[in-house]
Amino acid sequence: MGRISAKIDRRGIAALAVVAALSVATSGAVDRAVAVQPDEVLTDPALEKRARGISAGLRCLVCQNQSIDDSNAPLARDLRLVVRERIKSGDSDEAVVAYVVGRYGEFVLLRPPVNASTLMLWIAPGLLLVAASGFALRLWLRSGSATPDAVMAEAPLTSDEQARLDSLLKRPTD
Amino acid sequence: MIVEIGHFALILALLVSMGQMVLPAVGAASRDDRLMAVAQPAALASLVLVSISFAALTYAYVGSDFSVANVWANSHSAKPMLYKVSGVWGNHEGSMLLWVLILVAFGASVAVSGGHLPKTLQANVLATQASISVAFLLFILLTSNPFERIVPAPMEGKGLNPILQDPALALHPPFLYAGYVGFSMAFSFAIAALLEGRTDAAWARWVRPWTLAAWMCLTLGIAMGSWWAYYELGWGGWWFWDPVENASFMPWLAGTALLHSALVMEKREALKVWTVLLAILTFSLSLMGTFLVRSGVLSSVHAFAVDPQRGVFILAIMVLFTGGALALFAARAGSLRQGGMFAPISREGALVLNNVLLATATGTVLIGTLYPLVLESITGAKISVGPPYFNMTFVPLMIPLLIALPFGSFLGWKRGDLVAARQRLMAAAVVTLGTALVAGALFWRGPWLAPLALAVGVWVIAGAVSEVLFRARLGQGDRAEVFRRLTNLPRSAWGSFIAHTGVGVMVIGIVGTTAWQSEKIVPMKAGDTAEIAGYRVTLKGIETRRGPNFGEEAGVFEVPREGRTPLLLEATKRLYDAPRQPTTEAGIHAALSGDLYIILGDAQTDGSFAVRLYFNPLVRFIWLGAVLMFIGGAFSLSDRRLRVGAPRKARPPMAVPAE
Repeated sequence: MGRISAKIDRRGIAALAVVAALSVATSGAVDRAVAVQPDEVLTDPALEKRARGISAGLRCLVCQNQSIDDSNAPLARDLRLVVRERIKSGDSDEAVVAYVVGRYGEFVLLRPPVNASTLMLWIAPGLLLVAASGFALRLWLRSGSATPDAVMAEAPLTSDEQARLDSLLKRPTD
Repeated sequence: MIVEIGHFALILALLVSMGQMVLPAVGAASRDDRLMAVAQPAALASLVLVSISFAALTYAYVGSDFSVANVWANSHSAKPMLYKVSGVWGNHEGSMLLWVLILVAFGASVAVSGGHLPKTLQANVLATQASISVAFLLFILLTSNPFERIVPAPMEGKGLNPILQDPALALHPPFLYAGYVGFSMAFSFAIAALLEGRTDAAWARWVRPWTLAAWMCLTLGIAMGSWWAYYELGWGGWWFWDPVENASFMPWLAGTALLHSALVMEKREALKVWTVLLAILTFSLSLMGTFLVRSGVLSSVHAFAVDPQRGVFILAIMVLFTGGALALFAARAGSLRQGGMFAPISREGALVLNNVLLATATGTVLIGTLYPLVLESITGAKISVGPPYFNMTFVPLMIPLLIALPFGSFLGWKRGDLVAARQRLMAAAVVTLGTALVAGALFWRGPWLAPLALAVGVWVIAGAVSEVLFRARLGQGDRAEVFRRLTNLPRSAWGSFIAHTGVGVMVIGIVGTTAWQSEKIVPMKAGDTAEIAGYRVTLKGIETRRGPNFGEEAGVFEVPREGRTPLLLEATKRLYDAPRQPTTEAGIHAALSGDLYIILGDAQTDGSFAVRLYFNPLVRFIWLGAVLMFIGGAFSLSDRRLRVGAPRKARPPMAVPAE
């Protein structure tokens, strides 16, 4: 199975990716038609299910933003076959993923690993939530302090306003 | 000649917009009525001029005038008329022209309907609106001119990308842009408010209808895109967390938050600063959506280099408007007086929670979308941020929002009573729990979270129903009396009921199709039968045919149904003539309970065809939910209290009745 993947070294992949990206960019084409072919499907449904699960998390390198499970690009098919080959030879899910990452780098992982360069990515939602909550709390505290007395103390009525208020209060109701 | 008139009209529109940008703003600052009076006719003139320009380009497309480079590159004489017209905005230059057309249309509608606005506010709003027009007109004229000619004129055009030749996608961009650009109104009002240092309930009352209208269009636009992806891209997916999708989703999330915070401001004069900030951010995200999609930085880092001029230009527009607005906000926000205090457990508190969660979700999508770009430009490392990341971060933020939603609508303004809200939601809770148990029993094989997620959707709907029934005081008075009360509920109450029901319906659809989709991939020859989700699908045969501008192979499938005529479904593979590109048309039997979805794949070596069969349970609920949100928005928009132009004199906040 290493046949194709061995032939295409990393530079080849990169060149291929550029060509594909350019052709996609210029034509605007998104071709997501048919991915997994009947001849790829493993006979053991449990193994096939594992293969599908793994494939859904691996990026098709020559596509815009597709997993190899969704893409009908030849390279995606090759990778799907590699994944199934490794599963059949007894690799665990982690070992299969590690094998693919070893070949193509972390770029293939649709779920980026947690490490120094992705730390911000993973903690950002939590930080944002804390920041937004803090902002809301401040808003609330500010609104709490805006009692009529506090507002009056901050900006007492001008003499004009006081006169107008007096006249309004004095006006007989009908 | 007509094409040149279109080009000329666009240049004139730029000049008029420049005048509209400067004179009314100066007038508002110096209280000069004559200068401010320029805004109205200028806004109308811009609309007329850009309309002429747009009509000229449409004329060139309809008549297949291939001497125009843009028409040549994106059209073809054999294309059906609908796609000749939609081809106008099916490309970069034309879509930017549509963008500006919608922008000036919004500006003109403020000029026409905004007679009751304070003069200076209207002048500042229209001036801000014009500044956006100026930026985008310059962008079109300098980098993306749709009226460029080619000499000599080619005989035939290159054609429109066939996957774009589709009715839903023909309408998708206009709705999407109406949403993006509609948020510019909220932005312009926010800038005007900051310039004047004054916002009040009346301001929120003016802003809300525009925001609502924009939000409705964006909702429908995104739903159309998702629906299109579902049947056109062909493997039953409906949302891919693709950067281009995220670009439209971020303004939607922020716009949803804005709608709710503007509500607080209108009713209670609270959250002023936050609402103004959200108005700025929502439109900034719309600009960024335009930038991300139009500059090409997303589809490929290389496309950026192909035409760096455009990307840099639109980036400059984005930085100018976002940066400028935020700077103005930083300088002036302090002058906006906060009003309306409230306890944490109150309607305001609930809407603040809504805003916190929606803002966090927006930020999360933003970071997930931009992170790979930023990381690569800083360190050169390439990573992918795909659906698993978004599902892991976005969904946990939405669950508390959805659970809290029904409570929020039962809490009173200023100070709510959580115990009372809990009692009033008892029936809804029982229904929800029942659903979870039944779903759990039916689908005990898993995934085990799915019944709970399904129950969350039911909870939102049951909560919305409870609220309406509570408002009609069910149980007090006879049935006719309750019915009378129901019909007397304000339209905005019905609007929020319908929209929130839509949210619940969508959740149910998402859960159903994500958790219980079934799939089968089989090679089939004519006469073969495959079984999926209780359907027996027989391939009758493969037909080869010609369409107006494509050839196709159609797999004809027959599905027997008990006591009824059998279903006939066609799944086709098309090859378009120009450009020569294949597309897949799925054979879909749509039903509320779920879709039977068939894709015809490639011919195998033994003469059979690869066939993919799917059953997508409840998938229709996703788009049904979006349509309900749209209808809910329309109800709310038609409410007299929103529509009546002149706001009642701003009353002191304390006197506003707590509803």
